[in-house]
Amino acid sequence: MSAPDPDRVPEAVVQKKRRSLPLVWIVPLVAALIGIFLGVRAYLERGAMIEISFQTGDGLEAGKTKIKYKDVEVGVVQSVALADKGAGVVASAEIAKPAAYLLRDDTRFWVVRPRISGGSVSGLGTLLAGSYLALDPGKIEKERRKFVGLELPPVVTLDVPGTRYVLRAEDAGSLDVAAPIYFRRVQVGQVVSFELDKDGRGVDVKIFVKAPYDQYVTANTRFWNASGFDVNIDTSGVRIDTQSVVSLLVGGIAFQTPEEPALPTRATENAAFRLYADRGSALKNPDYLSEDFVFVFHEPVRGLSVGSPVEFRGIEVGEVTGIFAEFDPVSNVFTSPVEARFYPERLRKHLRPGGVLPRDVMTNTRARIAFLIEHGLRAQLRTSNLLTGARYIALDVFPQAAGKLKVDASRKPFDVPTVAGGLPELEASINRIAAKIEKLPLESISADARQALQSLDRTLKGAEQLVGRIDRELTPEARATLEGARRSLAAMEVTLANDAPLQLGLRSTLDDMSRAADSLRALVDYLERHPESLIRGKREDVTP
Amino acid sequence: MTASPLEAVPLTAAAAGLMRCHACGRLHAAASHGEAAHCERCGAPLHLRKRDDLARTWALLIAACILYVPANVLPVMVTRSVVGTQSDTIMSGVIYLWITGSWPLAALIFFASVMVPLLKIIALVVLAFTAQRRSTWAVQERTKLYRVVEFVGRWSMIDIFVVGVLAALVQFGALATISAGPGAIAFGAVVVLTMLAAEAFDPRSLWDPVHDWGTDR
Repeated sequence: MSAPDPDRVPEAVVQKKRRSLPLVWIVPLVAALIGIFLGVRAYLERGAMIEISFQTGDGLEAGKTKIKYKDVEVGVVQSVALADKGAGVVASAEIAKPAAYLLRDDTRFWVVRPRISGGSVSGLGTLLAGSYLALDPGKIEKERRKFVGLELPPVVTLDVPGTRYVLRAEDAGSLDVAAPIYFRRVQVGQVVSFELDKDGRGVDVKIFVKAPYDQYVTANTRFWNASGFDVNIDTSGVRIDTQSVVSLLVGGIAFQTPEEPALPTRATENAAFRLYADRGSALKNPDYLSEDFVFVFHEPVRGLSVGSPVEFRGIEVGEVTGIFAEFDPVSNVFTSPVEARFYPERLRKHLRPGGVLPRDVMTNTRARIAFLIEHGLRAQLRTSNLLTGARYIALDVFPQAAGKLKVDASRKPFDVPTVAGGLPELEASINRIAAKIEKLPLESISADARQALQSLDRTLKGAEQLVGRIDRELTPEARATLEGARRSLAAMEVTLANDAPLQLGLRSTLDDMSRAADSLRALVDYLERHPESLIRGKREDVTP
Repeated sequence: MTASPLEAVPLTAAAAGLMRCHACGRLHAAASHGEAAHCERCGAPLHLRKRDDLARTWALLIAACILYVPANVLPVMVTRSVVGTQSDTIMSGVIYLWITGSWPLAALIFFASVMVPLLKIIALVVLAFTAQRRSTWAVQERTKLYRVVEFVGRWSMIDIFVVGVLAALVQFGALATISAGPGAIAFGAVVVLTMLAAEAFDPRSLWDPVHDWGTDR
């Protein structure tokens, strides 16, 4: 390179001008487009504002509490404010646009909190994440923006397919809302609610049976209360019947459809059924034919109640429907007419054909009963339970009563003659015994006894005085005597002691006596051997 | 006249008809046509002043202004955990820190992420506006302001940096996941656009009216 030449400054290269508007203006354009896009989207996605009123704001937090449907977030609570005059709170919430169609007229909202009820635990997730509002979309095609929230979660959400029924019960028993409903021990539904009848004479239990199972509910399905457990004690032993542990806690309802007269028509929505107390009464054969009879008893009917059984030789053929008292002004006696319903179907199966019975006996119930009465059929009150004194009406044939009555089968009311029961007679004899006991002169007996007791008292007092005198007068004498005796004994003891002089003298005397006896024995021995010495005298040298 | 900030008007490259290549520093004689010149040595575009500097600055500034709104309204960070999903905007984060007592941190983030971009935009608007009006008011101070704006530009990316690091680190599947929200993109765009706007602005144009005033007279 040569040295820099200040004159040699090269001419700049010239290019054609290509654009009029600088390319850089695309940048704000794009930014503006993005901004407009975001703005428009925010505007379009602006959700529906709703208001839900609750009794308390427990678990509701402005800006945080979410609204979920099927555990998918569809909105958020924007503000929580007190309602007018403090009667609850109003939560304003925004529901996302895609979920706004859920806001129907009968849509329900409730706060999901951790809950343990009966056999189920729910909402445990809210322990960590806080409570949220759940939504159950309604079915009525009408929009709504102001709702009243439920305080308790609904038992059955509207989107679960199934059918609702109404059960008529005497009382709610131990049933609770959400109590399970069993079909062949499979849980198929739940109790939704229960309320009193308008006239307060029963309870309407509303239940919900889930979709595949509601086809088993037909017009003749029987529902019964499966709460707790049934204990059956009979001749075959003890049987305990229960549905599940849950039903022990919260109660339950079971249903079954009797096999025979099959009515395959499915029960309609909100069809009403009777709720029986237990399985046995629910599944009992329905009695389609019945006859009303009257039994006139001439004895008290205590122990008999409406519903008491009427049995024919142990077979239940009817039940008591009414008990009354009647005064007969002609004979001046009280009688107790008892009305009973008789189910002839229960006996018909057991009538053996053949024989020479009149024709209408086979077909007409009244004629048959009249025929039996003529042959000795009588009603009798008998005791079924000795503990409780419950009684029942027994129908039986008493051969001695046969042929004594002519019965008109067409009279009304149709009364069946009665005979006195076994127990009332026993009762009467007990009464007689009691009357005899009553007649006993108990008062004079007790007066005598009182006199005897008084004289005994006096005798005892005399004895007490005697004892006192003995104590006072005799005791010092006795004490002196005893002391004298003690002194004599002491003296005797001194006399008889080992070292007493009497003892010593006696002992030496005895020693002398024994020595004298020894000398005498020696003399006798010597005389035996030497009898001559008596004459000659003792020889000195004889001894060895 | 004595109104000029500088009594003696020095010679400028433009007045001398010379251009300097920004890439290699080669000095060129200004082309008579002025526009669309290229360096003889390295081929870089040559110009006496940055080309369309005010137009570019305005364009980028407007874009930054527009994006400043979503940057502060949309969430910058989305935290998904077992207890739920939480979306945080810059201001909600600042408020959270302030409420929980981390005042210095809250102030730092508020300053770096909210105030700095805003002040930068305002400063650039002032610079571009005065340059367009060919104002001779406080030229020296405006030049210093430009230096500060250019220097401070890159430091307002703290939020983006934090979100980026967290999004990379906190990925525990179902337990907790942090991801960047759409606000982060807008915020990053605002910072980058203001930096580009500061870059596009030619501080020499601040002085041109002074020189013109000096030379024209």
